[in-house]
Amino acid sequence: MSVATIFEIVLAAVVLGLGIWTTAVRETYSATVGFVAYGLLVALIWVRLDAVDVALTEAAIGGGLGGVLLLGAAARLRNVEPMATEVPGRLTRASAATLSVLIAAALAGAVLLLPSSVSTLAPIVVAHAWATGLTNPVTNVLMAFRAMDTMLEKVVLLLAIVGVWSLAPDSVWGGHPGPRHRADPYGVLVFLARLLPPVGIVVGVYILWTSADHPGGAFQGGAILASMWLLAIMAGLTDTPPVSSRRLRFILVAGPGLFLVVGLGGLWLGAAFLAYPPAQAKPLILGIEIAMILTIAITLGLLLAGAPERSAKR
Amino acid sequence: MSLLGDIITIAAVSAGAFFFLAGTVGLLRFPDTLTRLHALTKADNLGLGLVVVGLLPQTGSLRDGLKLISIWLLVLLAGASVSQLIARTARQGETTR
Amino acid sequence: MSAVTVFGLCAAAAVGLGLYGLITNPQPLRKIIAFNLLGSGVFLLFGVVGRRGAAAGIGNDPVPQALVITGVVVAFSATALAIALVLRLFQATGSTTLSSGADSDPPGE
Repeated sequence: MSVATIFEIVLAAVVLGLGIWTTAVRETYSATVGFVAYGLLVALIWVRLDAVDVALTEAAIGGGLGGVLLLGAAARLRNVEPMATEVPGRLTRASAATLSVLIAAALAGAVLLLPSSVSTLAPIVVAHAWATGLTNPVTNVLMAFRAMDTMLEKVVLLLAIVGVWSLAPDSVWGGHPGPRHRADPYGVLVFLARLLPPVGIVVGVYILWTSADHPGGAFQGGAILASMWLLAIMAGLTDTPPVSSRRLRFILVAGPGLFLVVGLGGLWLGAAFLAYPPAQAKPLILGIEIAMILTIAITLGLLLAGAPERSAKR
Repeated sequence: MSLLGDIITIAAVSAGAFFFLAGTVGLLRFPDTLTRLHALTKADNLGLGLVVVGLLPQTGSLRDGLKLISIWLLVLLAGASVSQLIARTARQGETTR
Repeated sequence: MSAVTVFGLCAAAAVGLGLYGLITNPQPLRKIIAFNLLGSGVFLLFGVVGRRGAAAGIGNDPVPQALVITGVVVAFSATALAIALVLRLFQATGSTTLSSGADSDPPGE
C-alpha cells in the first residue's frame, strides 16, 4: 500500500467526515461553512483523479461562488431559522436512512464491480486534435466535439438569470439587485477591493488564454472575473447595474448569441451545425471563448447578486 | 544538486506542516475569536511560506517558481485582510452585547 | 486499493449522505446544501469512471470531464435560482418553510 494510497484514503475519510458534519450539525451557518470546506477538499480529490480542469471548476464555482451564495443566504436568514418545527418523525428518518444506505450500497457495488475491460474515448479525442489546433483535450471536447452541450449550457445560465430576475417585486421591477453596500473608505475591505481586482483580472484572462494547451477554460476564468466584480460591489466601490439596462442584457446574450451565429454559419457554409472549418477553427473558438468569458462573468456575478431589490429610478 | 534540493524540500515542507499543525492546535485550544485568529493567520502564513520555499527546488523553471511565490503573496494578502475584517466584526459583536 | 476504488466508495457515500440530508432536513437552505452534496457525489462517480479510461497519454477520459464541468455550472445556477426563491419566500411571508402552520401576515413590500 503506497504512500499515495494512504494519502487518498485519508483525504476520502476527511471529505466524508466533513460531509457527515455538514449534514448533521444544528446551525445552518456552520453547515454552510462546512460545505465550503467540503468543496475545496473535493477539488483536491479531482486533482488526484488527474482532472485538473474539473478541479479548477469545482474550486471556483462549486466551492467558491456556491459558498458565497450560501453564506449570504444563511446570514440573511440567520434570525428566522425555526428551531424545532416539524423535525421529521422517526419513521421518516428511518426510511430515509434505509433508502440512502441502499442507494449508496448499490453505487458502491457498481464501483467495485466495474468491468475489467475499459472503453474510453481518450484516444479518439487525442487523435482528432488536428481539427482545432488546440492540445488541451478537455477544451477540445467542450468547444469543438461537444460544442452543442456548451452552447446549451450558456442558455441554461441565461434561463437561470431570467428566473432570478422574475422574482423582483412589482415596485422594484427592473431595478438594482441586492442591497447597496457601504464600507469605510479607508478600511481593509476597500483596500483589498482596490488591490486584488487587477491581479484577479490578469489571472482570469490568463486561465482563459492558457486553456488552449493547459488546464483552464472560459468557465473557470469567468468565475474569477465574476468574483473580482463582486468584491468591488461588496466594498461599495461600484453598484450593481439595473437589470433593465440594455447594455447589460446585450452582454448577457452576446455569449450564446455568438455561439449560435457561428453554429448556423457552420450549417450554412460547412458540413453541419457548429462545424468549424479546420483552418479557421482556432480563431473561431477563441472568438467564441472571449464572448463566453464576458457573459459567464456577468451572469455568475448577477446570479450571486440576486433578485432586484432597489428601484432603478432615483 | 538534486540531493541538496530534495533535502531542502523535505526539511522546509516538514517545518511548514508543523506550523500548520501548531496553527490548528491554536484554533482548537484558544479561548476566544481574536486569539484564534492570531494563531491561525500567523502560523498558517508562515507554514505556507515554508512549504513554498520547500517546493522551489522542485520546480523546473524560474516562471513556475515565481508563480509559487505569487500564490504565497496572494494568500498573505487575502488572509491578512480577511482576518482584520473578522476581528473587527468580532469586536463589534462584543461591544454591542 | 487504487484511487478509483477509494474515491468511488467516497462518491457513493456522498450520494447517500446528500440524499438523507435532502429528505430529512426541514429547512430549505439545508436541503439545498444536501442537494449540492448529492450532486458532487454524482460528479465524483463520473470522475472515477473517467480515471479508469486514462489512455493515449492523458490521465483522465476528457469526455466525462467536459460533462462534469457542464454539470457543475448547471448545478450552481440551479442553486442560485433556489436561493433566490427562498429569499423571496422569506421576504413575502416572513418564514422560510411552506408549512401550513406558519400563516403569519405577509409584510407589505
